[in-house]
Amino acid sequence: MWSRLRARLRAAREIYEGVFIAPYRSEIHREYLRQRDLFFLLGFSDLIGVPNPVGFYTLELYPELIEQFHQWHLRMGMPHAPAGGFRCC
Amino acid sequence: MSSIALLAVGLLALLTGYQIYSRYIARRIYQLDPDFRTPAHEFEDGVDFVPTNRHVLFGHHFTSVAGAAPIVGPAIAVIWGWLPAFLWVVLGTIFAGAVHDFGTLWISTRHKANSIGTLAESIVGGRARVLFLLIIFFLLLLVNAVFAVVIANLLLRNPGAVLPVWGSLAVALVVGMLIYRTKLGILGPSLAALVILYVLIWLGQYVPFQLPDFFGFAPTAAQITAAAGDPVVAAAAARTDGVRAGWVIILFVYAFFASVLPVWLLLQPRDYVNSHQLFVALGIIFLGVLITNPTIVAPAVNTRLPDDAPSWFPLLFITIACGAISGFHGLVASGTSAKQLNVETDARYIGYGGAIGEGALALTSILATTAGFAMVVGVDGWHEHYGTWARASAGATTAFVTGVGYLAQGVGIPEPVAVIFAAVVVITFAATTMDTGVRLQRYIISELGAEYKVSIARNRWFATAVAVGSCALMALGIDRGAGGMRLWPLFGTTNQLTGALSLLVVTLFLYRLRRRIWVTAVPMAFLLVMTTWAMVLNLIRYWTDSQIVLLGVGGAVFVLEIWLVFEAVSAVRRALAARAQEAPEGASAET
Repeated sequence: MWSRLRARLRAAREIYEGVFIAPYRSEIHREYLRQRDLFFLLGFSDLIGVPNPVGFYTLELYPELIEQFHQWHLRMGMPHAPAGGFRCC
Repeated sequence: MSSIALLAVGLLALLTGYQIYSRYIARRIYQLDPDFRTPAHEFEDGVDFVPTNRHVLFGHHFTSVAGAAPIVGPAIAVIWGWLPAFLWVVLGTIFAGAVHDFGTLWISTRHKANSIGTLAESIVGGRARVLFLLIIFFLLLLVNAVFAVVIANLLLRNPGAVLPVWGSLAVALVVGMLIYRTKLGILGPSLAALVILYVLIWLGQYVPFQLPDFFGFAPTAAQITAAAGDPVVAAAAARTDGVRAGWVIILFVYAFFASVLPVWLLLQPRDYVNSHQLFVALGIIFLGVLITNPTIVAPAVNTRLPDDAPSWFPLLFITIACGAISGFHGLVASGTSAKQLNVETDARYIGYGGAIGEGALALTSILATTAGFAMVVGVDGWHEHYGTWARASAGATTAFVTGVGYLAQGVGIPEPVAVIFAAVVVITFAATTMDTGVRLQRYIISELGAEYKVSIARNRWFATAVAVGSCALMALGIDRGAGGMRLWPLFGTTNQLTGALSLLVVTLFLYRLRRRIWVTAVPMAFLLVMTTWAMVLNLIRYWTDSQIVLLGVGGAVFVLEIWLVFEAVSAVRRALAARAQEAPEGASAET
């Protein structure tokens, strides 16, 4: 009986966190991504034809950033993609 | 009649609609497929596209769609008696509103979670996107203006609500900053903000605040006539106009900054508090009805209708928009909820079920105004309050707040605190809609600027200033703000037009899939006929009353309405022609 009660309480807590806390967490994460996207732009601006004045310094970051490159170009490209709803890869 | 009986009948009807009608639509019309790969899985990114538990997504969806509008509309519409309002809320929700919400969620899920604006362009035609943007522009213009007047009226009549409303705003800013800049986590500061709000509500009764009159308006001819020549009464009415105008301007200055500040700083902490307020308010009202069971003393059909009140048919259908059917829900369903739908079959619970929740909120407004409020002021007091159309519109939220105050006393909350609580609930709902509304309007001005190559419109500060300025002019342009609630039917009309456009998109998609279309086509046709008819009556009324602002805005909305009718006819003709040209063995357009 106690274990069932505990399970129900846990389920209720998860729903509470999902409804009330998750949107907040997601909003903060979005803000974090916005700042990181700016950082990516500094690192990869050469790829979109913008000369990078700090390329010499950001070059050594490439191996660290390349893993997240795909997510970045998805976020950057899709809202301005010429075909509505077009998704990469 | 007993409140519990009416509430039970209403909820039972809504639940029956969910159990039977929505099941039929899910199986036979939309044909939901549990194996369909939803956009949440296909494009999962951990931020927007996230497969979400159905109960959690229901919570997100419901708190996004429920606001002040399903409270205000029914609170005005009970002027025709509780029966017409009750029937439209229940039947409108079951056969139109919930079908619309369910349909927009489903069609968006079938189209990579695209918004209804993008779908309108791809399914109806290229012009539909501009039409959609213009309808949304007017919808936001009207909702911001009318909600500013609603809030100003409530702050004017409830000085005890000023402290909790503005105090909680300051607390939200501090909490937003704390969560973002420190490692305190989200739950602790957010719960603290909620507790502080309730403490401020309790304190509000001891610290009432009345804004000074900064304008010093002279009484108008109408105010002098209404005061029967008494200069003191006329001056008091003019002073009220001045205080209301002051609040409206303060609210728009606030909305300007709220719409340019980061979402995490102000809107998100406020949303957290508001979503709790919604459930707390619903709980208190339902409990209050169950405990006090007030008699509905207002008439079922008002036979003592004031001379200036329009006929319920067809005005009822635009007076109650949210609470029966609301186009705004389609924006939430297609723009946000569709990105989080875990399994397609959840669309019924979230889309149809969310609208049922909104219908239940509208029912509480009917009960609060026809039972709770009527118990406080008596039958004659009720008829006096609803004695003119103008007074019924301007005093709608006062009736709701007084009614909720009465019901909350049944739960054990002291009367002054209960009234302040109810006022704060409506104000915070309306203010959050304004925050988001001004922000969205800024985006639309920028998008229209990009469409027509007006580069300055893409400037954030300029676009926000235009959004705020146009809304403030609208709010104060009708009798110095005293007639601001006359914008409500126009808001209802644009909201229904948005809903009709979404239903047109879903209908055409169903037609392409060779499925039965009456489920969405009938409510769409009903909405188009009723809103057009009501708008013609309203325009005649604005013309005879020499209301230039209302006539101008109403005329623009009417043009959009006719445009939408032409788009619908043209799209249907194209679809029929395409069907006629299809080879009999042509493949189905099933997605």
